[in-house]
Amino acid sequence: MEQLVYKKPDSIRDDFKITFCSGCDHGVAVRLVAEVLDELGVREKTIGIASVGCSVFSYDFFNVDIVEAQHGRSMAVATGVKRSKPDKIVFTYQGDGDLASIGIAETIHAMTRGEKVTAICINNTTYGMTGGQAGPTTLLGQVTTTTTQGRRADINGYPIKISELLKEIEGTAFVARVTLDSPQAVMNAKKCIKKAFEAQIKGLGTGFVEILATCPTNWKMTPKQAHERVRGEMSEVFKPGIYKDKVSEGK
Amino acid sequence: MGRIVLNRDRCKACYICVDSCPKKVLEVDEEVNILGYYPAKFNGNENCSGCAVCARVCPDMAIEKVFR
Ligand SMILES: Cc1ncc(C[n+]2csc(CCOP(=O)(O)OP(=O)(O)O)c2C)c(N)n1
Ligand code: SF4
Ligand code: SF4
Ligand code: SF4
Ligand SMILES: [Mg+2]
Repeated sequence: MEQLVYKKPDSIRDDFKITFCSGCDHGVAVRLVAEVLDELGVREKTIGIASVGCSVFSYDFFNVDIVEAQHGRSMAVATGVKRSKPDKIVFTYQGDGDLASIGIAETIHAMTRGEKVTAICINNTTYGMTGGQAGPTTLLGQVTTTTTQGRRADINGYPIKISELLKEIEGTAFVARVTLDSPQAVMNAKKCIKKAFEAQIKGLGTGFVEILATCPTNWKMTPKQAHERVRGEMSEVFKPGIYKDKVSEGK
Repeated sequence: MGRIVLNRDRCKACYICVDSCPKKVLEVDEEVNILGYYPAKFNGNENCSGCAVCARVCPDMAIEKVFR
């Protein structure tokens, strides 16, 4: 008898509409978050905070209640939601520009307070939605619409290493950087996302996962070339790995 | 032996599944879908192992079900 081994997660709406470009890793990341919510059995009590960026339409695919935050304010909104409804599971889904540029103050302070929420950050080294400008994570030498000769340290500064920064904050309980460039990487990413939710559920502090993701459109690459870039120059600068894990320490 | 259910009208033709399928039973359709793309197509080959790699890498959740 044949067995069903995969189906669309329940935490994705039946009438979902994926609004991302062809081959964009955002779509895989969204599905992994949904699969984790299903597996933890928390869909009914989860509230998501959508950010501004390509993931602005989160309410079109997540089958949970969603609050749309203004650009960069997701962790502040998440704080308010979680503190007024402490029995809910609260997560943010943010771009690198949203979380680490305009929203870096909210991010650092919410995590310094050890807010019991989970933050997922899609690091695609650019402002995807607005057409590929340089962002806080743009690599040195990377050509964007605002660094037409490539990012220069002397003019534009260095790319921010989000996970290295956030692991130093006492209120974070789980910090990991993952990729989605192979089936194995996708499985590993899911494990880390699950731990980032467990950090919240166990009341240990903020759970955080930085996902090195592709933006084939603005990188002007095929999805395959984009995954090669993640594996290559992106992973060299932004080293994947688990940076902090209080979830396993407590076991 | 495995089998997948691929919703061709959700496919955006990134072909990540085609490149990732260990059994090479996914190919490119010759007819366009509702979005105007040439979607991926399951060739029905019994070599499909039902490993679900295709569903795991698909950014559009076009692969709706995998059976083994
Ligand atoms: C206050 C404010 N400033 C600027 C913008 C314009 N804006 C929209 S999306 C975006 C950046 C999105 O980049 P990122 O957060 O990295 O998400 P991505 O699209 O790359 O996933 C900006 C600057 C805005 N909507 N609101
Ligand atoms: S612009 Fe880039 S990040 Fe945004 S949906 Fe398209 S490929 Fe994805
Ligand atoms: S991975 Fe999904 S969207 Fe991409 S070609 Fe395969 S079925 Fe289509
Ligand atoms: S289930 Fe595995 S073998 Fe079958 S089509 Fe998908 S990737 Fe290929
Ligand atoms: Mg971005």
